[in-house]
Amino acid sequence: MSYAYGTDDRDQDEEAAADQADSATRQQTPRPHAVTLPEGGARDDRAEPSKPGIRVRNLDFHYDKSQALFDISFDIPERRVTAFIGPSGCGKSTLLRTFNRMYDLYPRQRASGEVLIDGRNVLAPRQDLNLLRSQVGMVFQKPTPFPMSIYDNVAFGVRMYERLRRADLDDRIEWALRKAALWDEVKDKLNQSGTQLSGGQQQRLCIARAVAVKPRVLLLDEPASALDPISTYKIETLVHELREEYTVVVVTHNMQQAARLSDYTAFMYLGELIEFDETSTIFTNPAKRQTEDYITGRYG
Amino acid sequence: MKLYTRRRIVNAIALTLSVAATIFALFWLGWLLWTLTSRGIQSIDLAMFTERTPGPGDSGGLANAIVGSLMLTGLGVAVGTPLGILAGTYLAEYSGGSRLATSVRFVNDILLSAPSIVLGVFIYELVVLRSGHFSGWAGGLALALIVIPIVVRTTEDILRLVPASLREAAAALGAPYWRVVVSVVYRSARVGMLTGVLLAIARISGETAPLLFTALNNQFWSLDMGQPMANLPVVIFQYAMGPYADWHDLAWGGALLITFSILLLSIIVRILGRTSNPGN
Repeated sequence: MSYAYGTDDRDQDEEAAADQADSATRQQTPRPHAVTLPEGGARDDRAEPSKPGIRVRNLDFHYDKSQALFDISFDIPERRVTAFIGPSGCGKSTLLRTFNRMYDLYPRQRASGEVLIDGRNVLAPRQDLNLLRSQVGMVFQKPTPFPMSIYDNVAFGVRMYERLRRADLDDRIEWALRKAALWDEVKDKLNQSGTQLSGGQQQRLCIARAVAVKPRVLLLDEPASALDPISTYKIETLVHELREEYTVVVVTHNMQQAARLSDYTAFMYLGELIEFDETSTIFTNPAKRQTEDYITGRYG
Repeated sequence: MKLYTRRRIVNAIALTLSVAATIFALFWLGWLLWTLTSRGIQSIDLAMFTERTPGPGDSGGLANAIVGSLMLTGLGVAVGTPLGILAGTYLAEYSGGSRLATSVRFVNDILLSAPSIVLGVFIYELVVLRSGHFSGWAGGLALALIVIPIVVRTTEDILRLVPASLREAAAALGAPYWRVVVSVVYRSARVGMLTGVLLAIARISGETAPLLFTALNNQFWSLDMGQPMANLPVVIFQYAMGPYADWHDLAWGGALLITFSILLLSIIVRILGRTSNPGN
């Protein structure tokens, strides 16, 4: 597989000049292996150190009787892209789904410990789930357009929490669709059903839908794994832009993707957080043997 | 190779048998429809839809029975559908496999397969005996009891076909669960739910037994649900059993009318079913 298009992705950014010089040379030589490339975290060159957006403390998670997460503690930085990597079944998605308490939809799933967003423990029983989910948006692996028009898809979440005048709602819809890089493709057919879009467009519609609510955190559960390379590229570019305003957490199976688009990476294995660091460190100089084995393809 | 030849022979035999079985079934169905059409078609005229059911020696039509049937069916559907949809929604969306849900599902299945005459007798006990007379209300209620289990079942089944990812997506936007169900789940399942209701209508529009005990019949024009009410199945029953030739003709005509109304409904259901694909 070639991920050469990832290099274009980088050129669009407002990154440092040094970085651009770097990428000019890189365009000529396709990358043989993501691990050899010190990018990803290297892009996190914004001046101020990031505050934690999500603090995870001693988090355990159970599906009925089987434990899926073991004593996880770390801080996810605010307004950065954090990637969760690890083999299937290691708990990446489970961890992600505790942040908006998605698991609460199902009986016999429970989390203990603390997940602090804005200093509040969202796992607390008193937490208003709907309010939480309006602040912590989520996009899923399979595109899930609602069976309604494109406009209504994007307006769905907004209407739950805001009474906007029609003109303001129109503006919000356009804004969100622009954010999701979908506006130009759908601006003439906002009344068409969202289910008639292509897979990649549907996924960007879902991102627009999540963004429209103006959450603080955006959770992406393998957002590109069901998409073709061109759609994947668009989604990745998008994620990279979204970190300007949102704390973005991405679950991915694809290590090159994690390397390309994240500032921080968490490596998980068998329900434990093995290592968490800047992406550049994880991919070039991991502290743990297990991490190194995984990113070099020795297991997983 | 020998094995392969044998398999082909078995295949040919099985295919022949199933085609023969199909032809056998279709033969009787064809005969039935043919008889019904050839004997009933002559009674289908304007008078059938404009004149009331005749007494002995009179001429007339089936107008009051047609209107009565529509009203009784309407009442049955109006009462049964909301209850059925709410219960089906509870089972599919809210019960979470609780013991209550298991019992409700079990009882509903019993109700679904209960002979309709039992439901008629039940309403007879409950309404007719207490109020002292047969009435349209009692007939509609008896039909509602048939509608409820059908709609409960189809609603639950069709809601379960809606992928969980759609519910999660809606919940992830901060929608309370009732909004998730009403705005997203119902929306993607609406065709299937409508199909269930149409099936229930098809089922009750030919029911005779429960109406014999409840709405009974009425030879006169009456839109009063508090009174006994004419309806096609019972009129067909009475006229077919009666001694007069013109009664027999009307009974054939009524039977033809019901059959083709149900056929039409079934065709509509089929066409809807083709476009129904929850989650898409």
